Amino acid sequence: MKKKHTFMVTAIAFVVFLGLQASVITTMGQAPGQSQQPSQALFSTPIDSTRSLSKHFIPATSAKKAPDEKGFIQRWLVLEPIKKEISSNNILTDSYINTTFSSTNFSTDFNVVPKNGEIVKVGDKELKWYALDSKYFNFKLFSFAYAIKKPQNGVVFWVVTVINCPEEVKNVRMSAGCNSAGMFWLNGKEAVTLSGNRDMVVDNCTSQRLTLKKGKNIIRGAVVNGQGIIDFSVRFLDEKFQPFKNFTISCE
Amino acid sequence: MKKINIMGAIALLSITSAVMAQVGKPFIHDPSTIVECKGKYYTFGTGGGGLISEDGWTWNSGAVRPGGGAAPDAIKIGDRYLVIYGATGGGERSGYRGKIFTMWNKTLDPNSPEFKYTEPVVVASTNGYEECDAIDPGVLLDPSTGRLWLTYGTYYGAIRIVELDPKTGTRVKGNEPVDIAVACEASDLIYRDGWYYLLATHGTCCDGANSTYNIVVGRSKKITGPYIDNVGRSMLEGGGKMVAATIGTLIGPGHFGRVVLENGVEIMSCHNEADLNQGGRSVLGIVPLLWKNGWPFAGEKFKEVTYEIESERRGYALELAVDFTRMAGGMRGMSRNSDEPVKPVPAQELADVIKTWPAGNIGVRIGDYMFRPHQKWTIKAIPEAGGYLGGPYFKIVIAGTERALAATADAEVIAVPTFTRAPEQLWRIDQLTDGTYRIMPKVVPNSKEKFALVSSGDSTPTLAKFDMNSDNSKWNFKAH
Repeated sequence: MKKKHTFMVTAIAFVVFLGLQASVITTMGQAPGQSQQPSQALFSTPIDSTRSLSKHFIPATSAKKAPDEKGFIQRWLVLEPIKKEISSNNILTDSYINTTFSSTNFSTDFNVVPKNGEIVKVGDKELKWYALDSKYFNFKLFSFAYAIKKPQNGVVFWVVTVINCPEEVKNVRMSAGCNSAGMFWLNGKEAVTLSGNRDMVVDNCTSQRLTLKKGKNIIRGAVVNGQGIIDFSVRFLDEKFQPFKNFTISCE
Repeated sequence: MKKINIMGAIALLSITSAVMAQVGKPFIHDPSTIVECKGKYYTFGTGGGGLISEDGWTWNSGAVRPGGGAAPDAIKIGDRYLVIYGATGGGERSGYRGKIFTMWNKTLDPNSPEFKYTEPVVVASTNGYEECDAIDPGVLLDPSTGRLWLTYGTYYGAIRIVELDPKTGTRVKGNEPVDIAVACEASDLIYRDGWYYLLATHGTCCDGANSTYNIVVGRSKKITGPYIDNVGRSMLEGGGKMVAATIGTLIGPGHFGRVVLENGVEIMSCHNEADLNQGGRSVLGIVPLLWKNGWPFAGEKFKEVTYEIESERRGYALELAVDFTRMAGGMRGMSRNSDEPVKPVPAQELADVIKTWPAGNIGVRIGDYMFRPHQKWTIKAIPEAGGYLGGPYFKIVIAGTERALAATADAEVIAVPTFTRAPEQLWRIDQLTDGTYRIMPKVVPNSKEKFALVSSGDSTPTLAKFDMNSDNSKWNFKAH
């Protein structure tokens, strides 16, 4: 009897032990790749996995737009991302980005201004243009790609915008920041190059002194990234390195 | 070929003598702020565990931190220690679903019977869809309000700040995060003179000697920001003034921590992504933290070369109290033909004067600097003598000799004939927050006093209490 009793006690204890283990596994939320951690109320915001351009953008209209109070250009035509195999952001040297942008360019005519909704062919892919106003000083390409269910990693984005000046202005500089690497052209000439694995820092690189023509000036940009967030910001600075804002922005 | 090899060897010697990293086995990634516990120093790193140092200079593994995860921070609050860490290393692999945990311990000494962590508690998290990834925590106990603040985040979205309860280490009820920076990670807040400073790391991590990691800062009068850099750019625009970048063979500093040792003496800790002299491995870095015009920046490890030791009080130089030996010739050139070829005049050499010096102990004074042998001091680390938080003990000897600066039992200074490694011949050198230096003997014989080298007169050095508010207590090292 004693032996049976002992067996029963042992069996019950084992079952209780298993139950406790199961309970522990249930109640302890596992952080990815980590040992069990206690689960308490988490503090993250409610999950919003909706994919919508309206989170970060407003459709551009035909009405001309001013730069924001700090001179940032928020209106851009942006092309769906071009997928590229990029092993790491540490390969984004000057040579690499020059070659990449040459091979993925949607048009060698740098004065072309695409239209909202227009489809272009790059390689064997048909890609669509979107005319958008960013809600922020910077243009969130990562969020754009997420919203339209396109790849967000290993990608090249092309952007175009039109700067309308009431008069010719000399000695301004185009100033840009981007994550990770990029180039910007003004009226067909290379203006700013941001090579390397950069962070999106305002005024990270500037052009040499430029002249904005009276009337239309076309900015074309390209941004490339392997992994992580992708965004950029562009504005003009005057001779005193202050924001230059005497222009409007359009998509035509 | 032989000539090139010799040149290479000389260059290598110059590099290794110029840039000293921490010694022992200081291998760590993403170190926490260094915390003292019962006379020892602790720092925790990614993956768990961390380093311990008995003196602050020599570090070895042994610190214990369960939970795994990455980039912890640690702080002493009252009589116990709060350790904070991120459950994940961040990024796409973890789906940007980070969690920050806090836990307490009465001690950091794993051999203490009181060593026992409390259950970790989540204090911040991200759900993978918001523009933030909850990793890389940093905490500040605000000395002006007593409130406890946590920053976290990485390049994916923003750096955020939330408030914790300093009594429990849990999130203050109802507190919502505020975005304070972008395009960075490894954030840490510090406070000084009415300003809050947000330190953060930019650039690339985890790429060995190719890592571009660097530490920048913005400041605000309000802890929730905005944090603005030196050119008026918000850290929400990616701004930041440089605090620390690669120096020599120490590549890619990141993950800032600050220790205020006393008024005027501060150090910053970090890791260097790659120490080329230690196998290119990630190592703990400790350098002086300096301040200029309200901005912090990293000092450098003390270089072991020959110096003029200049008093900040009057600008005279520390020297042996020996007869001044004149160089041949008086004033030259007033009536000479300026078309004559100009020949350099050799500087006075040690051999020209050493025989005129006494053989035994020689007094030390401060005098007009003349680039003479009795005024040139070679400073060299003595690794076997240990160190302190910030550096090793040094010997200070007249260049070309072993005649060493030493403290006396009367709390004065003297130059003994030969360095014998006696503790009174070992010197601690701290770079102060204003860029000048404090020079302290390891011991004053038969005394428990903590004295420093002080100018009691323009020409008179002594050992006395250090006073950060007096130029009498400060020195400059000039390599000519």
